Order: sequence, then structure tokens, then C-alpha cells
Amino acid sequence: MRIPCPHCGARDAQEFTYLGDANPKRPDGMEATEAAMFDYVYQRDNPAGRFRELWYHGAGCHAWLVVTRDTKTHAIEAAEPAKPTKAGAAA
Amino acid sequence: MSSQPFRLSAGGLIDRTQAQSFRFDGKRYEGYAGDTLASALLANGVRLVGRSFKYHRPRGILSAGAEEPNALVELRAGARREPNTRATVAELYHGLEARSQNRWPSLAFDLLSVNSLFGAGLVAGFYYKTFMWPAAFWEKLYEPLIRRAAGLGRAAPHEDPDHYEKAFAFCDVLVIGGGPAGLAAALAAGRSGARVILCDEDFRLGGALLAEKREIDGRPAAEWLAATLAELASLPDVTIMPRSTVYGVYDHGIYGVVERVNDHLPVPPVHQPRQRAWRINAKRAILAAGAIERPIVFAGNDTPGVMLAGAVRAYVNRYAVLPGREAVVFTSSDDGWATMRDLAAAGAKVAAIVDPRVEIDAGLMALASRIGAQVFAGSVVSSASGGRALDRVTIRDASGREQSIACDLLAVSNGWNPTLHLTSHQNSRPVWDEAIHAFVPGQMPAGLSVAGSAAGRFSLAQALADGARQGTEAAIDCGFAAKAELPPRKTDPEGIALSPVWRVKGGKGKAFVDFQNDVTDKDVELAAREGFKPVEHLKRYTTLGMATDQGKTSNIAGLAIMAELTAKTIPETGTTIFRPPYTPVAIGALGGHHRGRDFRPTRLAPTHQWSQDQGAVFVESGAWMRAQYYPKAGETDWLTTVNREVLAVRNGVGLCDVSTLGKIDIQGADAAEILERVYINGWKALPVGKARYGLMLREDGFVMDDGTTSRLGETHFLMTTTTANAGKVMQHLEFCHQVLWPSLDIRMVSVSEQWAQAAIAGPKARAVLQGVIDPQHDISNEAFPYLAAREITVGGGIPARLFRISFSGELAYELAVPADYGDAMMRALMAAGEPHGICAYGTEALGVMRIEKGHVAGNELSGQTTARDLGLGKMMSSKKDFIGRVMAKREALVEAERPSLIGFKAVDPSQRLRAGAHFIAIGKPATMENDEGYMTSVAYSPNLKHWMGLGLLKNGASRIGERIRAVDPVRNGDIEVEICSPVFVDPEGTRLHV
Amino acid sequence: MRYSVFSLLAQTLAGHKGWKPAWRDAAPKPEYDVLVIGGGGHGLATAYYLASQHGISNVAVIEKGYIGSGNVGRNTTIIRSNYLLPGNTPFYEHSMKLWEGLEQDINYNAMVSQRGVLNLYHSDAQRDAYARRGNAMRLAGVDAELLDREQVRAMVPFFNYETGRFPIQGGLLQRRGGSVRHDAVAWGYARAADQRGVDIVQNCEVTGLSIENGRVTGVETSRGPIKAKKIALAVAGNSSRLAAMAGMRLPIESHVLQAFVSEGVKPLIDTVVTYGAGHFYVSQSDKGGLVFGGDIDGYNSYAQRGNLPVIEDVMESAMALWPGIGRLRVLRHWGGIMDMSMDGSPIIDHTPIDGLYLNAGWCYGGFKATPASGWCFAHLIARDEPHPVATAFRLDRFTTGRVIDEKGVGAQPNLH
Repeated sequence: MRIPCPHCGARDAQEFTYLGDANPKRPDGMEATEAAMFDYVYQRDNPAGRFRELWYHGAGCHAWLVVTRDTKTHAIEAAEPAKPTKAGAAA
Repeated sequence: MSSQPFRLSAGGLIDRTQAQSFRFDGKRYEGYAGDTLASALLANGVRLVGRSFKYHRPRGILSAGAEEPNALVELRAGARREPNTRATVAELYHGLEARSQNRWPSLAFDLLSVNSLFGAGLVAGFYYKTFMWPAAFWEKLYEPLIRRAAGLGRAAPHEDPDHYEKAFAFCDVLVIGGGPAGLAAALAAGRSGARVILCDEDFRLGGALLAEKREIDGRPAAEWLAATLAELASLPDVTIMPRSTVYGVYDHGIYGVVERVNDHLPVPPVHQPRQRAWRINAKRAILAAGAIERPIVFAGNDTPGVMLAGAVRAYVNRYAVLPGREAVVFTSSDDGWATMRDLAAAGAKVAAIVDPRVEIDAGLMALASRIGAQVFAGSVVSSASGGRALDRVTIRDASGREQSIACDLLAVSNGWNPTLHLTSHQNSRPVWDEAIHAFVPGQMPAGLSVAGSAAGRFSLAQALADGARQGTEAAIDCGFAAKAELPPRKTDPEGIALSPVWRVKGGKGKAFVDFQNDVTDKDVELAAREGFKPVEHLKRYTTLGMATDQGKTSNIAGLAIMAELTAKTIPETGTTIFRPPYTPVAIGALGGHHRGRDFRPTRLAPTHQWSQDQGAVFVESGAWMRAQYYPKAGETDWLTTVNREVLAVRNGVGLCDVSTLGKIDIQGADAAEILERVYINGWKALPVGKARYGLMLREDGFVMDDGTTSRLGETHFLMTTTTANAGKVMQHLEFCHQVLWPSLDIRMVSVSEQWAQAAIAGPKARAVLQGVIDPQHDISNEAFPYLAAREITVGGGIPARLFRISFSGELAYELAVPADYGDAMMRALMAAGEPHGICAYGTEALGVMRIEKGHVAGNELSGQTTARDLGLGKMMSSKKDFIGRVMAKREALVEAERPSLIGFKAVDPSQRLRAGAHFIAIGKPATMENDEGYMTSVAYSPNLKHWMGLGLLKNGASRIGERIRAVDPVRNGDIEVEICSPVFVDPEGTRLHV
Repeated sequence: MRYSVFSLLAQTLAGHKGWKPAWRDAAPKPEYDVLVIGGGGHGLATAYYLASQHGISNVAVIEKGYIGSGNVGRNTTIIRSNYLLPGNTPFYEHSMKLWEGLEQDINYNAMVSQRGVLNLYHSDAQRDAYARRGNAMRLAGVDAELLDREQVRAMVPFFNYETGRFPIQGGLLQRRGGSVRHDAVAWGYARAADQRGVDIVQNCEVTGLSIENGRVTGVETSRGPIKAKKIALAVAGNSSRLAAMAGMRLPIESHVLQAFVSEGVKPLIDTVVTYGAGHFYVSQSDKGGLVFGGDIDGYNSYAQRGNLPVIEDVMESAMALWPGIGRLRVLRHWGGIMDMSMDGSPIIDHTPIDGLYLNAGWCYGGFKATPASGWCFAHLIARDEPHPVATAFRLDRFTTGRVIDEKGVGAQPNLH
């Protein structure tokens, strides 16, 4: 596979490390419950089809990317930095 | 000429000035440059080339290409022996050596051909139904017999002496196949300025044109071919790769290609690889791989001398070889008639042409009559016979009347299958095209299109036009200016009409569907009878299509027969999917240079040379080579050396390289905050100039890594990690920052390789250190106490970092300098330490001393332990959130009886402990139910003069003083041990603070 | 018809005309006591043991394609019970014991071949880890031997012992491990189940689960609705998709694992070997092909195919371990979809929905588990309580923390 890194251009997937589903959000803070954390750590939608997932460009720019890829065809629709740019980081 | 009795006196694409002698089964023959082994054997009249898999039937040469199922040989000898090599694609070279396979004692007289007599019992799947009693006989008797009989060639007995390479290429348009369609495509794309790579598996470009006598624009096709190749060679962005097979299509336009760089030579030239494995990245690709001719299933269709009609033309026209002198042609298409024509033109007698069609084109009839071939319309060949060489065929007409004709060659044609294998590599199923009676590509992998015969457009005119059009389109897709389509080429007329016949029933003898795996039409019938009707069941039950040719000549016939048996159409019956690789690829090629010491990269610490000069024995530690111990003259075993090193540290001073530890520089306003969130303990209160031990968990609550992190400035920390987890922790921190908490104001960078680091440990450490640091730095116990961390200078202004941290439990420092100074640092420290008796020590002594102190390391950080298990539960802050906090509270992670870290010593101090032993209560049987934990690490303590161990034991911390068994059945160990504190030396830690 | 050397001889004389279909090509009935979804090894074994051990034969196995089309037909055929953790070891040992008597039980020769499974180690730490595991096996009554380099060399002399990047120090050997003809397992169970009245329904794809008041009542399929008192999911690779039909999310991701076979050659290696310094394992089939594989590709996938980085990684490891096979050729490679669970261990449990049972999460260890998986799943379905050797495979273990993490890599499926 080739992943279109927004910083480095299209690179062989071998340069990247895979983590998995990009959708779960970590329940932050002291009030996080075990149930919410269990969902975050263990439960997965695991869809067959369009999937947003995290890849780390360890042999390149060290950016974590959110890649939108089809798990049935492997076709990649988009790859964007997981860390929002200044303009996008409203929160 | 007499040495090559079947060589034509003129013609062909061979170089008659370059005679090449070779051996087959020890006998010497001659051929010419430009021959394949198969053509050279045929030129010498050698027909019998191999024995079949199951029945050991004599087999000859069926094809002239990559689809060959029969003519498999062992090529070369000794360590270069290559089993199962297809003689039809093995390029002849001077001195070539080949042997036939799967026969004993000889090819002509093979004792295992008795299998043919028992053949009636050896039907598909017979082994599933027997050999079950007695059960113990399977491994001892039945299976060894089956195994010995299975397999064809023999692998080389030694390490492959040749080298392999990997290479990468990028292009706009990859053209797969150098026949008329591929060449036209490459030319069209190349003229537009696109970067084009053209791969062809053959050593000579031209594809089908090489095997045929064709005309383009009224001139011999060879002229068009020469002109096209010349123009392609003149285009700077066109690369031609002969001897290169595109074997697989992978995601996003990546094509696997193996280039046989030097297989046409006896031995690769010095520093040259045998083969090169390419990954070609192409924006677009065009598959122009041609088509593969189909045989017909009839009795004796495997007899040497039965050959595909197109292959016969290839041998006659390209190699100037007559595969037989008295031929019969059996064809269900007009195409076979061309073989009749070419054979006759080459001087062979064509006794008969047999065509199941009743209506034959008048022109063809006239041609036959000119040649003198008897035409059997509406007839079939019902059997071929002759054993080791064809001598006769039986022809049956529509009324069932049979007649036998003597011949030494039977050319068979049943139409062609597009070579669409690569289009299936992403799981797309081919679709049936009734008009051409063949499967054509289904849904295509992204970026790939198909041209010419591979798309089912079989005529030369179609191939040329299709190739040109697709080459143009591909170039446009890649952003190149569209060029006008090439003018259509005029070709001589050709007939492609076809009415396929899949099998002829009722002949005498076995009728083969899959030649190499010895699958007959009866096996397909049996599969249908037993319910193995889906094509995948048919394949798996009968092994149809699973031999080294992957069913290139057999799959369609097999499923056509199944369709007939189940009264379905071929498309209803379906087809299997072709898997990569297209043709088998050498494991060595795909491994490239990654073997032996170069299997994986080797990382060397910046102090490596120094360690080597000290006589270090090195050990693999992940990718690193680390100094394990430093033997001195006279020390005969490693334990003596390690004991000396440990005692030297405890009693004087030692020096150890710790450069391989992971080091991460963290800066920014939120630097302390991210440490708070990734470590279980607190960091905000750590003063500048101080170090602290930290432990981090995974989000699931288990321990991930540990290390010492120092605050070098208000907003500047230096984290250290274990050697093994350096990369993983860096990735984790980046994840925390970029994904979890992007608003944190921090920057991080790995500086593991930028700093060389050494531990100076022992009561005399300070004295040694003072000899290398610049004098303005006060490192007295008061000015630089335990856990101090500061940026200093050494050697007259060289920047350095000094940490008063200790893994050994002694007064100890770690000194870091820029990596380039690492070697000098070690030498300066040794020199400064010489008056103090300094001793270099390695990872073994380091390990002994950390066990003496009860420090955890890799064996305890197994990924299965919690902070509590390791006795570090109290470090977990209750005042802040951190990674793993919530999941670490799950019931199973906080159970009191979870095994926890504790120390062990043998009750009899002379006994040795073993890591991996399990703990069982004294008096209880050694069973899983009574298992209370295991020994994680052991070492011999030269200070205590006995072995000591760390281990994880149920309720460990509360059982000090108890005795328990450490059982080690895999090493026949079973000893009593006493549970003790995991800190064996200086439990109060006074030595740290001197 | 019973298979034996006598029936084979009789049929040989009769031109093999009398063989009957190995199983009936059944059409679905309107209702069953138990409906097993998934005609792979686990589903077929479950149906067989429901009939043979629990007397429940009003059972159908429904399969979207042809039986054996999933991982039972795509694996590298290895069987072993060399597990470390008490949640696993007795289960896999139970499976091994069932393998040892399987052919006589189901009257089908699946070529169970106990030629040994040898795991190589290359460092002191790996040796310690294998000692820990070997001892755990012995305590559980499983055979295990820790070999030094010379003992390993005597078994497999042609490896690169000293001059490789990671020299071989020794190995952990389970002699009772080995290989089995994978397709035959599916066919053998299918035939044996069919003979006990089980319906095997092919080309029947489940499109929905019918759930009323928290209880499952049947399925919608491409061949119409089928009612059932109990429904058992055995669809590894697609567990999440089926679970989603019941509104459930699972601690599972689907990943692709590739496998390879070389051209057939005369006998070379007589045992199953795993390389400890790279991702590679190899054995030789009865047909002569080297059957080998490595790590999963590492990204979520339902595509049943992989990519070159892992392919090349496997070949590199092959050459590092065994430099004599450079001139052998890879004949075919393919991929299967694995249920990669969050701790690397399987799930055999009831679900929060009454009557719906789950058999999932086998990672790439499902083939060797086939008999015990069927045995224990049938036990659970028939008696509504877990079989004693499968009590740890609970769905709620991720909540309680009673994870079964052999590798110690945590909640990251692609590392297991």
C-alpha cells in the first residue's frame, strides 16, 4: 500500500506503524468511568468498508495521521494529520 | 547438423554461430544460443523429459512457455540445484546441466510407474478414506510412504551461493508483456513523454510474433518488431526489462516483479545478483500478457509427442526445430490449421487434421489438400498411444467409427485462454465470454487495464490497435498530452473461429485434465459424485490446478467437465481465483540481501570500538550489539569474568556503556504536564536539576516501560526508556501529544542516537569522574547528591550531562556526551580510573547487580504485570489522571493474591536457580492447579556467594521466610527455595548516598 | 457408507461408481433446535458434537458460500497445545487429545500427523520465556522439551545456527504437535454431522438476526427466514459483522494473515519449526510443498489478500533461518481474515441476547482449536454452561481484567 502523507507525499506503508480505529475518544480526566474506558480500550466497530484509522509515520515526519481507507478494497480516500492545524484547533 | 537431427537447416531466431553444449541426465547434447532447454532437447530428438506426480507416467513437452505442466527438470547441480524448472522457459547456456525428476532408477525405466497399474485405487481423495487403522501407523508407515512418493524435484542440499537484490522503480505506465499489444502500448505511451517500463518474462521481446509467420502492413512482422524496438530504445524515458516477470499486483499500483538477471549464465558474474526483486510503483499499468492455449482431454493425452498446436509453431518458427516428422493436428479452431500449414512448410508430413466441426472453411480445406493432409471433419482424436513416445492416434468420426493413424506428433488446439491471472490478484473473478468461449477479466484492480489477447481480443490487428489505444489512454491518465492514435495496422488474414471440445470420452486409457497433478476426467466425475461440486471443492478434493503450473492449462477443462456433469453452464459452475505469484518466484529473490548477518540492521553504540578494544563479548539486544562481558586472559568461563566485574564495581569502580537506552528530549510549557499524564507518579514538583524514576502503563493498566527522567530546565525534560522500548515509547508520546492532547504545548524528539552515555559505578566513582569533568563543576555529595541531574562540561568545554542515578545500587553516575565524543569519553574515563583499578563491565554484570538490588527489567516488564505486581503500586498517584489509571483498577488487576515480585534463594546455597521455574507448595503435586507463580530472573551473586532469583509469586510480599519448591520439569529441576526480600544487597540503600 | 480400505477396494473393483455424496446438499427447513452460522471447521465441529455428544441433531449449519471456504481452508495446518497461560493450556490440550482420536471418531482420514512443533530461541531471555512456558505445559500435563542448540541441530541440521544475525540457541519442542490436512477436517466433520442428521446448507447467507424481547428467534437469509431456538455464531473473520446484526460491538478487529506454499519437493523437513528472531514458521505438506507464513499484515482488512512488506519479511526470515531454500520457489500466496481479539485469545460464551451464542476471536490460532472449539461450544449451547476447559474464554473478561494475554502486548489486536 501507499499512504499519501500530507507532509511527505505518497509513501510506502512500510514507513508507517498502524494503530487502529481513529473514532474512539479517550474519556479524559478523573471522572472517566470504567465503562467508558472499557468501551474506548476494547470495543470496536470493525466495519467492512469505509474506515478512519490511525497510522504513525515513524520512518518519515513522525506525524500521526487519520487515514480513511476501505477495509474491503484497501482504497484510500484521504490522509490527514491527527493533530489539527492551528486554524483547526478551536478547542 | 547430425548432432541435432530435428533442427531445421535454416530459419529461426537462434544463433547458429554459437553452439552450446549441455547435459540432460548426464548425456551430452548441443543446441544454440537463443534456444530454451526444451527446444534444444527437441532438436536432439529427446521427447521423454519427466515423470508425473502420482502415476509416474512418462511425460514430454506440452508447451513452449510458462504454462508448461510436464517438462519440469532439476536445473544445475549442487548448491545451485533448482528443482521443478520448466524446460520451456529455461534459457540454454553453454554447460547447462539438467536432470529429470521423480523417477527411479531412471527416466526410461521408472519402478514407481507400477502406480499406474494400481491407479484405479489411487483416485482423487482416496487417502481420506483409508489408512485410519491402526492409528499409530499413520506417522510411522503410511505417511512416510506418501511423502516419499510426493514432491517432484529435490531442493539444493546447501546454502544458496548466489546473491539477490531488491530494487524499487517508479513510472507512469507499466506495460506487462512485450508482444504486439504491449509493444504498441509502450510505443504510444512512450511517445507522449510518459515514463514507461515494459516488462517481459521472455529473454527476447516480440511475444507471439516470435512464434508466428505474420505480416504487418504487408511486410514481415519481424520488420515492424525491429523498428518498434529501435524506437523504444531511442526514447529516454522508456525502460525495457526483458527476463522480468510481473508476478503480482498489490495495492495502490505496486507491482511485484522478478528480474532473472543472470539465470542465463552458468554462474552470475562477480558482484552480480542472480535475480532482482522489484517493487514497481506505477500510476497506470497495461496487462498485455497474451493468451495460453488449451489442450483437450482424451485418453493418452499426456503421451510425449502430444503438444499444443501453438507451441508446435513456436518450435518450428522461432527455434527452427521440428517437434515431429509425422504429424496429426487435432483442433477445434481455425488456429490449429495454421500449425498444419507451418509444419508442412517446414518439411514435416502432416498425415491428418482432425476437427470436430462439420463445416470447415473452404480456404482451409484447400490448404489441407495442397499439403496433402487428410481432413477428418466432425471427428475427434479418441486416444493417443505409444508410452514413452507417441506412435499412434485413434480418430473417431461422428458415427463412432474409429481409425488409427501412425504419427510421432499430435498438435492439439482448443482455443485460447486470456492470460488474465494478474487481474485476479485482488480477488476479482474472471467472467465468461460466450463469444470467444473463454474467461475474460472481470473487475480490474485500480489503475490496471488489459490489452490484446489478454483481454480476449485475439487477432493481431486487434492486439496492435488495442495496445496503441490503451497506451495513449494510460499516458493521458498520467497527465501527458494526448497524441493522435497510431494509424491502424494492416495484417494478413487469420482465423480465430472456435468450437471447443473439452473432452473426448470413451478412449482407451487415462485422460488427463491436470497433467502435473495427474488429475483425470474420472477424478472430476468422482468429485461430482461425492458432492464436491463447487469449483473450490473440486480443486481442493482432486488437487486440480494446484501443481506448480497452477492449472494454467487445466482449470478450464476441469470446470467445463464439472459443468457437463452437473448439467450447468460454465459460468454457472464458476471459476477459481488465480493467486499470486503468476509464475513461481524464488524465495531467495524475495528475501534479497536480508540473510545471514544482514538479515536485519545491526546497531552499534558510539562506544562500540572502545568495547571491542577492551575485548568485549557482544550479545544481540534487539537491533543493538551490546558488550555482554569483558573476559581477561586466563578466564575460562563467563561466570568467572562476570563475578570479577561485579566485585570490581561493588568494591572499587566500574565503567559500563548505557548508550542504547532510549532518550527523549521533551520541551515546552506543558512538558511536565505530559509526564504527569504518561507516568503513574507525579512530575510537576520535580525540581530543576533532579532526576526521578518513572513508570508508565498502557491504557489497559499493565506496565509498559520504566526509566529515569530528569528536569534540565523549567520547561525541559530528558526522558530515558529501556533499550527495548525506545521506539515504542517515542511513538506513544507522539500519540499522546498529537492524538489525545493536541493542545499541549510541547515538542519532543528522540535523542537516543545523539548522546553516548556511560555508567560509572562503585565507591570510587566520584574520584574517577573528577578526572574527566571540567574543574568548575562541584560533584561532591553535598553539591551533587543522589538523583542530581545537570548539564556540565568535560574535557575542556565539551557539553555533557551528568546524572547521579544508579542501577547497581552503588554510588554511581551516568555521564552523557554528544555521540561523537563517546569513544573519547570511555577512553578518558578508563585513563582517569586506572589508578583506582577501574574495570569495564557488561550487561551480564549489570544484570547481576540489578537483581541484587531487586530492580525490575525486561523479564519482569513482560507486559503481563501491573505496577502492584512489581511492588510499585504505591507510586500510582491518586491525584491525577494518567494513561492506564482506570483500567488498572479492574477487579482482576487488584486481586490480593495476584503473583507479585519477591526474592528467592535456594535452601541449599550450592544449588543453582533457573529462570522459568514454577513455584509449587512443598508436598503438593506439581500440577497447573498448584502453580503459584514463576521465577523471572536469576543470577549468581559473587557478593552473597549463592544464586538468587526474582519471581512473581501469589501473595509474594507476605510470604517472606516461607519455603517453596521451584520446579523446572523441562530441565529436570526441582529444588526448595526460601522466599526472601527482593533486595539482596544493601537493603537500606546507604551506598547510594555516600 | 463407511470408509475403510475394504470399501475402497470394493469401489475400485466397481469403478468407483458407488460412492455417495460425502454429505447431503440440504435445503433449509423452516425451523431448527440449533442453527449454527458458519460452515467452517468450528461450526461443523460444533454441529457434529451437538449431535454426537448431546443428542441434539435437529441442527443446521448454514454457510454463505461453500463449506470450508473460510480459514479452515486457508491456514497453514499446524496443531499444537504449547500454551503458557492456565486459561489456554487445558483447552488446547483437550483439542490435541481430540485430534489424536479424530479420524477413528469421524471415520475420515484428516492425516493428523504428530511430527512435532519446534519453537526456536535466540537469546537468554527467550530461553527463559520458553522455560516458563514449557514448565507451564508440563504442569498442565502437556509434553514439552527444552532443547539446546545441539539437540535442535540434530533434528534440523540445515539451519543457519552460528553465522546469522540472531544465532540459534535452542528450542522448545512439543513432539505431539504437528499438522493436519486442513480441508479434510471440514469435510470429515461435515460428513460425520450429516450422517447424524445435521443439515448442511451451502450458499445461504445470513442477512439479519431476528430478536424479540431480548431473545433471538431466527435468522433472515438469502434463502429465506429460518427459525431456531438457539443460534450459534462461528464466523471468525466476520464476527463483528454478524454481531452488529444483533446490535453488539465486540473486542475484535478483522485482520489479514497471509500464507504461502512452495513448489512441491522431495522430503526436506520433518517437523514444524517457528523462527524466534523473525516472523516465520514452516512445515512440509504430504504433497511436498513447504507451507509457511509469518505475521499478520497489521491493518484492518476484510480483503483476503495482503501486501509485499509482509511477503518480503517472511521470505527474509526464511532465508535467514534456512539459507538452503533460496532456489525453491513460492508457488502461491493468499490471505485469510482473522478475528484478532483484544488479548489474543478466543471467546466461547453466550451473549447478552438470550439464545445467541458466540464463538469468535481466534486470531490466527483457530485451526488447531477446531475440535475443542466445537466440543466446548456444543457443550455451552446444549447445557448453557461453559465446558470446564473453556471457562476463561468469557466475553466479560475485558471488563473484569481477566484477560488471557499470552504475548503481553495488551489491547492492541495487531500485535497479538
